[in-house]
Amino acid sequence: MAKTTSRIIKVDELARVEGEGALKLRISQGEIKDLQFRIHEPPRFFEALLRGRIYADAPDITSRICGICPVAYIMGSSQAMEDALGVRVTGPLRDLRRLVYCAEWIESHVLHVFLLHAPDFLGYQDAILISKDHPELVATALRLKKLGNRILEVIGGRAIHPVNLKVGGVHKIPSKAEVQSLAEELKWAIETSEGLVKAVSAFDFPDYSYDYNCVAMRHSDEYAICEGRLVSSKGLDIDIASFEEHFSEEHVSHSNALHGVADTGKPYLVGPIARYNLNFEQLSPLAQATAKDCGLPRMIDNPFMSIAVRMVEVLYTCQEALRLVENYEEPDAACVEITPRAGEGFGCTEAPRGICYHHYKLDDQGRITFAKIMPPTSQNQKQIERDLWGVVERYMDLSDDDLKWRCEQAIRNYDPCISCATHFLKLTVDRD
Amino acid sequence: MTEKTTAKTVIIGVGNEMRGDDAAGLHVVRSLRLDDVQLMELPGEGSELMDAWQGCGEVFVIDAARSGADAGSVFRLDATDEALPRGFFSYSTHAFGLAEAVETSRNLGTLPEKLVIYAIEGKQFAHGSELSPEVAGGVAQVITHISDEAQHA
Repeated sequence: MAKTTSRIIKVDELARVEGEGALKLRISQGEIKDLQFRIHEPPRFFEALLRGRIYADAPDITSRICGICPVAYIMGSSQAMEDALGVRVTGPLRDLRRLVYCAEWIESHVLHVFLLHAPDFLGYQDAILISKDHPELVATALRLKKLGNRILEVIGGRAIHPVNLKVGGVHKIPSKAEVQSLAEELKWAIETSEGLVKAVSAFDFPDYSYDYNCVAMRHSDEYAICEGRLVSSKGLDIDIASFEEHFSEEHVSHSNALHGVADTGKPYLVGPIARYNLNFEQLSPLAQATAKDCGLPRMIDNPFMSIAVRMVEVLYTCQEALRLVENYEEPDAACVEITPRAGEGFGCTEAPRGICYHHYKLDDQGRITFAKIMPPTSQNQKQIERDLWGVVERYMDLSDDDLKWRCEQAIRNYDPCISCATHFLKLTVDRD
Repeated sequence: MTEKTTAKTVIIGVGNEMRGDDAAGLHVVRSLRLDDVQLMELPGEGSELMDAWQGCGEVFVIDAARSGADAGSVFRLDATDEALPRGFFSYSTHAFGLAEAVETSRNLGTLPEKLVIYAIEGKQFAHGSELSPEVAGGVAQVITHISDEAQHA
């Protein structure tokens, strides 16, 4: 295609992402003149909704922000409340939290890898067509995802918007027999995931790289999921309470979602690649060895490889879940004792898409006077735009249809949960 | 919620309670009074739907549609042998929704013996909105249709 041609490319409804959004792209004389990744679902004002509520309501209300990653909201808000109220959840209750979070990673990652993102790499419009040509692959992915749901049901009471988790612990202690009933399927899942890492790593990854400022949590003893400090590939190492000193949100006129920016004024990356790059050595030996055997580099700078990293994380979380299941002992109490008091608390956990930050203030009755939540997709939004800019520059010569597809594939690298960010994606490319 | 049943007929209402007409399917299921039928409410995530209907005899699914028809219009689609029109249920909660679940199940050979979809055209899907009067009318129609169809199955 001649570069002098004016081009207008539109993706009015981006499929295979969660929520409503659009991409508008204007190219003139072979140069990008305008690129806007817009999120136009209305904001939902969850933070305002929380003000005046009792601290204990926060997990159940915030879990409604997302049907795919409710655990991230339940855990982040619970942790922040516990911080404000001066209590800590340890021992088997902490293990249960990590187990239920592993389940959410498995469920969310498998859905995204096989049903939403794999079609881009295999040249199919959607997962229906994959299921026609590769029914065993889809059936296996569905069984794996179902295992994530099953764990959520056992610990959380139900698979979507779990109801058994609360500030300080759980409502009802899962029995040892129930928890241990998960072991056999987890053993199948580990073996299966190893094969799936190999399958996904063999995909043809489009050529593109970026020097990302990766930001993830880090924990001294484990691959961070539920807690830890915040670290970055640019040398940052801070307590989560200092998050707002280093990261902020800005409004942009073309989107209803806030854009996250680092104190450098630049975008940053959260999610699977950030975690892998920063904490690779804390993955299990099997996950590390499988990644190496599959040719995944130690430091990943190609965002299209995120699909493989997600699968490495599935392998890891299946192993971690099995470890937690096999070692599980029922706690003496379902919940730590809590006395409402005034306070300020911070919570941050690794949602499947990256760090999800919570900050609350409570009055002396334990009522919420201030709430701030930064979901991962908001934080990644600026980086998504930056990636799109680079991908369009790199693939300018593609036909409009192929360029559109490549852009959608690049957006799906982030598994964007637009519902979380505020809140279908439309893509418009103009060439003039 | 997705526990298997011994009931011959399963009726699944799909929707998001907090988004107005999207909850049409949930309203239908909550108003049905039928014997020997299992009623389920699901948010519309495709893999969960596939799991819910696998191995079942007769399954009815009620979901809100956004096809451009008049609000409250009711469509009966027999998905047992025919593909669902794409984009019909564009307002499914997730990108892998009802239509994708039906066709993936067909490819995997896991469709129930009979699968009928009732779609009710919605009008308002905003967060926190109520069921619109037109869709409430559609809900009442579907309750009558399914009560009749399920009892005579």
